[in-house]
Parts: sequence; C-alpha cells; structure tokens
Amino acid sequence: MADLSTNFVGIKSPNPFWLASAPPTDKAYNVVRAFKAGWGGVVWKTLGEAGPPVVNVSGPRYGAIWGADRRLLGLNNIELITDRDLEINLQEIKQVKRDWPDRAMIVSLMVPCQEESWKAILKRVEETEADGIELNFGCPHGMSERGMGAAVGQVPEYIEMVARWCKQNTRMPVIVKLTPNITDIRYPARAAKKGGADAVSLINTISSITSVNLDTFSPEPSIDGKGSHGGYCGPAVKPIALNMVAEIARDAETKGLPISGIGGVTTWRDAAEFIALGCGTVQVCTAAMTYGFKVVQEMIDGLSEWMDRKGHRTLAEVQGRASGNVTDWQYLNLNYVTKAHIDQDLCIKCGRCHIACEDTSHQAITAEKGGVRHFEVKDEECVGCNLCVNVCPVENCITMRPMKVGSVDPRTGRKVTGDYGNWTTHPNNPMTCTAAE
Amino acid sequence: MALQTRKARPGRAVSDQGLSKAQIAANFSDLHPPLDAHEARVESDRCYFCHDAPCMTACPTAIDIPLFIREISTGNPDGAARTIFMQNILGGMCARVCPTETLCEQACVRMTAEGKPVKIGLLQRYATDHLMEQKRQPFTRAARTGKRMAVVGAGPAGLACAHRLALHGHTVDVFEARKKPGGLNEYGIAAYKATDDFARREAAYVMGVGGITVHHGKTLGKNLKLEALRRDYDAVFLGVGLQGVNALGISGEEGPGIDDAVDYIAELRQASDLSKMKVGRRIAVVGGGMTAIDIAVQSKLLGAEEVMILYRRAQGKMGASSFEQELAKSKGVVIHHNVMPVKVKKKAGRMAALVCEKTAERNGKVTGTGKRVEFACDTVFKAIGQTYTDPTGGVLRLEKGRILVDGERRTSLKGVWAGGDCVFGGKDLTVASVDDGRRAADSIHAAVMG
Repeated sequence: MADLSTNFVGIKSPNPFWLASAPPTDKAYNVVRAFKAGWGGVVWKTLGEAGPPVVNVSGPRYGAIWGADRRLLGLNNIELITDRDLEINLQEIKQVKRDWPDRAMIVSLMVPCQEESWKAILKRVEETEADGIELNFGCPHGMSERGMGAAVGQVPEYIEMVARWCKQNTRMPVIVKLTPNITDIRYPARAAKKGGADAVSLINTISSITSVNLDTFSPEPSIDGKGSHGGYCGPAVKPIALNMVAEIARDAETKGLPISGIGGVTTWRDAAEFIALGCGTVQVCTAAMTYGFKVVQEMIDGLSEWMDRKGHRTLAEVQGRASGNVTDWQYLNLNYVTKAHIDQDLCIKCGRCHIACEDTSHQAITAEKGGVRHFEVKDEECVGCNLCVNVCPVENCITMRPMKVGSVDPRTGRKVTGDYGNWTTHPNNPMTCTAAE
Repeated sequence: MALQTRKARPGRAVSDQGLSKAQIAANFSDLHPPLDAHEARVESDRCYFCHDAPCMTACPTAIDIPLFIREISTGNPDGAARTIFMQNILGGMCARVCPTETLCEQACVRMTAEGKPVKIGLLQRYATDHLMEQKRQPFTRAARTGKRMAVVGAGPAGLACAHRLALHGHTVDVFEARKKPGGLNEYGIAAYKATDDFARREAAYVMGVGGITVHHGKTLGKNLKLEALRRDYDAVFLGVGLQGVNALGISGEEGPGIDDAVDYIAELRQASDLSKMKVGRRIAVVGGGMTAIDIAVQSKLLGAEEVMILYRRAQGKMGASSFEQELAKSKGVVIHHNVMPVKVKKKAGRMAALVCEKTAERNGKVTGTGKRVEFACDTVFKAIGQTYTDPTGGVLRLEKGRILVDGERRTSLKGVWAGGDCVFGGKDLTVASVDDGRRAADSIHAAVMG
C-alpha cells in the first residue's frame, strides 16, 4: 500500500489532501467533520485582525456554471474572510489541533499591510500551536478594495515585504497564497521566495462573473439587482492552475520552492497531476462544497491505487515528475509528426470529426466513401492537430499516431528523420542562431 | 400502474367487462409519459449534434433533429418546436405515434454506440407540447394571394397540406366526410398514444393559423364531385385515405361476432366512457400490422380476458415493429404465427371459435399445411389491411390500386395533387402523410403562383 503521508515544509499530514481556506474551514464544527472524514489537513478560513469582524452579504454569495445534468463545473463566490470573532476562531483552532495532532493545521491570515498588524496576529496564532500560516494575498473581491488580499498579491514588492515581516516575526512556516489575477505568476512567486516564504500555494480564485440574468440584467450572483466580480473556482479552473504551478516549478528562480496546489482538484487524478507538476500537497474546496467531505475517501483510495499499480511507494517518487516535461514552445520537437487515425470498428459515424475538420481546420477527414457514410483521415491533409480526437464522443476511437522514422509525411513530402529539431534552429526562424565562424 | 383486469361476470360475453372508470383510466394512460423540463435537458444533452445526421435522413419529414434537440438543450423549447413544425406541422402527433424505433431512433448513432438512442420522440413531444400549451402559433401567414384551394380529407395529409397552403397565403376549404377533423389521428390511433383528446386539440392548433375552413359531412364521390372542385378552385389536394377493408374470404365472415378492427377502434376512440365500451372476453385478432396490435392491446385494456393475434406468416414478417409486438405481449396478448383462418365456428348462432390452418412459407408464398387448429373466441377482429376505393370515377391513374403521384405529389390529372395513404408508394405512416401534404402544398404554390 502506497505511503501517502506528506511532510510539507515541516508540516506533517497523513495524506496530501488539505481543505483550502474557505467556508468549509470556517469553524471547528466543519473542520472536525472533515478530519473525521479523513482529510489530511486544513487551512483555516482567513482570520483578520482583532476588532469587529468583517460583514458578509446576506444575499447569495455563490454563482455557478453547470454541465449536463447540472453537474457543477465552476463556482464563484463573493464571501469575505471569516466573519466570526477572532478570539473564538483562535480558541477553536487550538482545541482542534490539540484533538487532532496528526492532521495539518494551517491558519490563513489577512491583515492590513502594516508590520504591526502582522506582528500582532502572528503572536496570537502561534499560541494556538497551529502548524503554519498561509498569507492570503489572493482574494479578488471585497478585501482587495481595502488594500488587502489580491491588492497585495498583485504587487510583487508587497508580497516580498509582508512575507519578510512574517518570517521575521514567527517561527511558523510561511506559505504565501498567490492570486492568478496577474499576467505572469512567476513574479509574485519570485517575490514570495525573496521575502523568505517557505512555500507558495496557488491558485486563489479567479475574478469572474458567472452569468448575467437576462430578465433583470443583473450579474449573478445578484444582490438586490447588483453583482460584483467574485472568485472563480472548481473543475473549470484546473487547467489554469496546473499551468501556473508548472511555471513556478520550472522557473530558474523558484525551482524547488515547495508548492501546495489549488484549483479545481475534484478527483484523485487531479491531485496526482498537481503533484506530478511539483506540488507537495493539494488543497480542495469546491469538490467538498459540492459533494461533502466524504469525497476525500475517493481521492485517497484512487491516488493510493494508482501509486500501487504504478509501483510508486511514496509521493516523493511522483512529485515533480512532469515538471521537467513542461517547456517553452520554441523547444518543442518540430520534427515529430503525428497523424490522426480513426478506428472504423469503434466509429459510430456521428461525423463530428469530419465537420470540425472541414469547417474549422484542415479538410482532412472524409464524410463518405463510395456513397456510404465513412470517416477517414486524409494523411496528406492532416497536420496532426488533435481536434478530431477532442470532439469525438467515443473514447480511443481516434488516436494520434506518430509517423515512423524513415517514412514520408504525405502532407509535406518530407521524410521523418527522428532527429530532434526545434524553432531555435529552424531555417524559417530569422533569429536562428548559427555557430560563430 | 399495472394492467387492470377483472374476471368477467358470468353471462357477460360481449359487453363491458365491468372495469371501473379508474381502472380504465389507468389502463389507457399515456404509453410514454412526457419528459419534464429537467429530463428533457438531460436527454437533449445526449445528442451529439451529428454532421449530416442519420436521424434526420431517417425522418420522412426530414425534421432537423440535431438542431431542435440543441435548441432544447439551450433552454429554447419554443424555437425547437418551430424547427419541428417547419417540416412537420403535426410534429406533436408524430412525436407520439411515429415508430421511432424503426425511424430516427434506429438511425441514432447512440444506437451504434450503446444500443440506447437519444429519445428523439419524447424530446419532440416536449418541444411541441411546450409551444402548443401556450396556444402560440409557430408561423404567420404570407400576404393573401387571392387563390382558393380545395383539400379533400382532414387527415394528416390534408391538414398538413391545408396548413402549408394557408401559410403561403392561400384560402383553403377542407372537405371532410366525418364529424371531426384528424382522420386516423382522431379515429384510428390507439387511445393510449394520443391521450387527453390530443388529436382534436392538434387539429384545432393547425387550423389556428387561419385561412382554413373545414366543411364536415362532405364525401367525395357522394355529395362532393372532383369535377366541381377542379372548376371552383385553383387546385385540389386529395387526402382521402383508405375507405375499404380487406376481407378474409371465409365462410361466416359476415355474421355476428366478427368485425373490422378499424370500425371498432373508431368507435372506441369516440366513446365518451370507455368503461361502457362493449368488448368480448376471448378475442381473436387476425393480422400482423400496427392495427392488429392496436386493437389487441386496447381490447385487453378494456378488460378482455384473453386476446390473441393470429398471423399467417412468421414473426419476422409482421408489419408491426418489434417494439409494438413486445408492447402487446407485455399486456398479455398472445401472438400465434403461421396460422390462417379457414372458417368461423358458431354455437347457438354466436361466435364460438375461429378455425385456422397452419401455414408454411415457400418462396415467400403462404400455403396451408392442412393441419387445423381451433381458437375458441367470442369475437374476431379483422386487421388485414385497408384498400383504396376510388371516389373519383376512374379519372385518376392508379398503380396497384392506389393513386399514382410524382415526387411533388401531382396526380395524372392537371390541377389535382394527392397524398397520404391513398397514394401508391406510401408508407401508411402519419409522418409520411404529413410529408406528402407539405410537399404537395409547396408544389401547388409553385404551380399557381408561377
């Protein structure tokens, strides 16, 4: 049985599945239920500074988009940080950590951008004996208007500054949570590292409007006819999160910086992908909010089963295995030639591959043969784009087959050499480097 | 709800079988209950929006099925209904009665993929019901042309033709022999396929487009002459259906206890209280088509104790689809193959049994084997097909006993079009009749406006 235990910047948990800082981790009642269900750790919902707590809207806080049969694909929220009293939160954190010593307890924090404010809260959190802190530089709504959350996360200098304050004022490991609402995730990640952060976690939610009510012309969720951009999360954001994780994992300046992956983790497979791209743990929210805490049982079992099947004994053996395969476009092998191939036995003749290729791509798939409905790839037109594979409703019916070395690509008339050749050395590239004479 | 039957009271051979109104209502409830909005949304999402969709090719009226299903999936059922009605104004009835299992749904690629086609018929019903319930017309008529059209027969072909002609801006007089419009939709379709008086409501909806007047009690060849219609109207469409019924040609055929299925079904469809409908206790239905199934199942639902279908060929040759055969069996109807009636056996002047001969098929021909078998029964229904009886005095060219038409549904006589069951090459399906009516109307329009 695979060992799923993790040690993330010194924070131990029996499995890599943490609940992200969000409504599910707002109070002891929920967190205890989560631990009972098997979650490896939690990031307690963001605490603010002492004093009157923030106020949330009492209208709808969530918007959503759905797939077939109302499967929830994306969720957006405009909830702020915890609206409960700081003292109650701290007491509960302390009690829960005491009762569940083997689980990771990280406390998310967001206070004004002044060293005194951070100093004050850090001292209080330390008293709870929590395992670490996560700096919420990500919330895109509400708090950012008050100079916190994403307002900090969008300015690398602020990230570095606050991370440094925290490192100087606490013994606890510091995780910086990054906002995706920036142009290049590497800059905030580098800043976090420069500030001395032990790790980054990403992504926080994406600024979004889920839909517009066409009767009232209000964005959703609608609070008395008005809406505000909320934070988007759930399965729909996973590809964005994976890319940002990969960028940090392979950046020369941040390589090796521990990452806790967040963004649409719904199944064991999602988690395995984040881990393969370099994450030490993953954080989950929408899946739990959709299905309840029990989903973690599938995640644990699925991940473990996959690792056993593949012979991976520990997560360390898997972690980062895919990040080395993420590269810049310019280094992709331009000599690698594939052709789509349609398995005629599996083909149900819906014609989607044909019309996608015919209307929007390369006219490389037939619609008939001898007057009969028949879909077949014309190798001489196929550029190997993979669109047909993606639109085909039958799994494995269309596959991309690499051309054999020595064969001739009927589209280009060029021989497949098997040699690696990329854009940097391609003759069409005006910037092609040639050796100095 | 399970089929309600009850032991008939002694001495009640052919009478109502004592089922309560509630039992009858349960027995005759909707065969395929409609989809609700969520079910429709989920089902519509199963459609792959195929290129050059096979379902569309399989539909006799060429409804753009992928488009209307996509419209349902995007929350636009009324748009879906317009897409359907554009090709088939009786799309509501066709959604209920089409043998989809041998048409669109058989062609559905999901049939190939997993043996479970998209429920096209039910989705079509969802969309058409949605628009019809709002009493909104899908289309508005073109500017009046001043042309006057005669349509004979208010069945599916006639209604479809009249509607299309009215849309083109023509004024249409429909002549109908019976008291109600709808033809077989009103008088022939099994009751559980068109519940809640749907045939009447649909006919009213179709005529709601305006410009159509129905004259009831007008029978071609009797109080209506083709010659006069040709003289008084710009064009004539004949959708007169089939008025004759085939005979068994056996002794005792004319006596009591033996009836034509179509007559009985018409009576059943018009009955105001089905619990008072007279039905036998042991019924033998002769035939193998949809009508045989319809009368067998409905007899059973009315409370008959024993219903059997006697068919002279093998099971695979039955005109009724396998779905319909299964339906009959599920209601307790027993189907006997390779038997043909030879004579009626009576006892005290009443039907006692149908004597049959076992058959064999050689080179497609049915021959008797000489072996006799007797089926005890108090009622025999003949469901062995209908025939066209020419009401025009032989002025139209026929082919195999039905009116010969071209691709545009023109008859051999100038100014006269025809469609539906009365024309040669028809499929004896509501949907095919609608297609005839629409094609004829477009052809008429082109001819008179050209």
